[in-house]
Amino acid sequence: MMRASDLTATAVRALRANPLRSALTALGVIIGVASVIAMVALGRGAQTQVERSIQSLGSNLLIIVPGAFNQGGVRGAAGGWDSLTQGDADAIKADISGLAAVAPGVRAQGQLVAGGFNWNTRIEGVTPDYLTARDWEVEHGRFFDEREVAQARRVVVLGQTVANELFPNVEALGETVRINGGSYEVIGVLGSKGQSGFGADQDDIALAPLTTVKRRIAGRRGRGDSVSQISVKAVDEAALARAETAITELLRQRHRTNGEDDDFTVQNLSSIAEAGQEATQTFTALLASISAVSLLVGGIGIMNIMLVSVTERTREIGLRKALGARQADILRQFGLEAVALSVMGGLIGLGLGYLAAWIITSAVNLPLTLAPETAAMAIGFSGLVGVAFGAYPAWRAAQLDPIEALRRE
Amino acid sequence: MEPLIAARDLHKHYQMGEETVHALDGVTVAIGRGEYVAMIGPSGSGKSTLMNLIGGLDSPTSGALIINGANMSDLDDAALASFRNETIGFVFQSFNLLPRLTALENVELPMIYAGRPAKARRERAAALLERVGLGERLTHKPTQLSGGQQQRVAIARALACEPPVLLADEPTGALDSSTGKDILALFGALNREGVTVLIVTHDANVAAAARRVIEMRDGKIVSDAAAEIAA
Repeated sequence: MMRASDLTATAVRALRANPLRSALTALGVIIGVASVIAMVALGRGAQTQVERSIQSLGSNLLIIVPGAFNQGGVRGAAGGWDSLTQGDADAIKADISGLAAVAPGVRAQGQLVAGGFNWNTRIEGVTPDYLTARDWEVEHGRFFDEREVAQARRVVVLGQTVANELFPNVEALGETVRINGGSYEVIGVLGSKGQSGFGADQDDIALAPLTTVKRRIAGRRGRGDSVSQISVKAVDEAALARAETAITELLRQRHRTNGEDDDFTVQNLSSIAEAGQEATQTFTALLASISAVSLLVGGIGIMNIMLVSVTERTREIGLRKALGARQADILRQFGLEAVALSVMGGLIGLGLGYLAAWIITSAVNLPLTLAPETAAMAIGFSGLVGVAFGAYPAWRAAQLDPIEALRRE
Repeated sequence: MEPLIAARDLHKHYQMGEETVHALDGVTVAIGRGEYVAMIGPSGSGKSTLMNLIGGLDSPTSGALIINGANMSDLDDAALASFRNETIGFVFQSFNLLPRLTALENVELPMIYAGRPAKARRERAAALLERVGLGERLTHKPTQLSGGQQQRVAIARALACEPPVLLADEPTGALDSSTGKDILALFGALNREGVTVLIVTHDANVAAAARRVIEMRDGKIVSDAAAEIAA
């Protein structure tokens, strides 16, 4: 019975006798494991990115917008663009339970001027609930309250980008900006949210009271009480699902539509998030399985070289048997060589894969997520490849007839 | 006393295409402990086949072969491997040293399969190389040694696990005559120390060194006698 340490030493010695061949044989596994690691890390990075950007929009969020989502042909025009009203928002708030915030809003585009600087941005007319609904934080100063909304006060809260563009040198808080000829006091600056999932700068925004935007900035278009969207935040995921159905029912009642001719759309951001996640997961799985094929090819390379090695070393095998090696000893010796080759390849591939993942993710600006279980899987899989593809050559070696083997030149 | 090797009506048949070759055709022989036997005969006479059977490298078609108390027909692969490891020391015509290993490591090989610890192995291998006159060349690779020196390493390897039987197939076939004589002298010395030596050869000079000569022809033993005194 051979000792484990001797078995290992014998296998390592055989691999070191032909360093170039061993390296080239391991290369197949190196490339396979490296590409699996890199692709999975890349996919996870994309997934994390999608999750983060969806979360930054606000969690448990429904956004109700006018018009049908699938605007096909004429039907889409039926609802028009001012079918949602303040009344709808009030009704949702009054009738539907499980909601944390209901925030109607109007949207406008405008030029903001302050001192020598000006900046064109999106101006949202909202209510204090908007902060809750969209998970915004006020970093400096304060947000406007219900009273200021009711009085249509000339106050504005700036996003980070807007504050930086208009007041590059001074604190924005307490300064005055001009919009469409009117003066507005900056009472707060929002915390930063960064890019959205679609690459838009979410900090490029200015928030003002709903009434102020409707009366003084957006100009009078359509019905006096129309809003361009209603953000609804539910208390949790279960409430969100119930609210989606309930709000749809309620609005159909109020708008006298029956589902065929809805003039509004309730968008559930978590379902959009799920779709996004599903897409990136599919993408990751696809990349990983393509990479796995190269791991398979690496395994075949190992099998090929091990078969060559068994043929070359037929005489050695015969001699070892004559000296007292059992079939099991020969099987283990050659099996271990194959496993050592592929596990070594796996370890090197792991390092290279992480390096590649780091380079790619920093190049395309994705978060790098390194999962330790991926590493364990890579090592495990390469070991498995070694066993699977080393088994047949090792079995052939073990079965050799010692007399025939010794006779071979 | 029971003989070390006892063969009774041993047959070995090979299938060569359509024909059945009777490599051994009813061999009965007994070899006692401490004998020095040469097996001679032309190629195809069956002497190599008999040696392979005695060495546990092959199994008989029929008949009984009992070596050192073990019936060879009863042994499976693992038991045969142990038998080769413990009972037989092989010496080959072409030495069969592993080229990547040093002399010391080559001698260690059988002890690795015996599962002996590294330190004990190294000490014994060094002592054996000393015994065959290569105490100064422990770390030489086979390519750095002459033919005679390589065969001495092989003999040291054959003795590693203290086998009762030394089985040599044309041990001087690849050596010049004076080196061959040295090797035969070594076999003689080992035999005097109690090792049973069995040499397969068709060299009359080699056979003359033995104390008993078994001649084979067509798978049968045709003569079995004490060796004539070498001229």
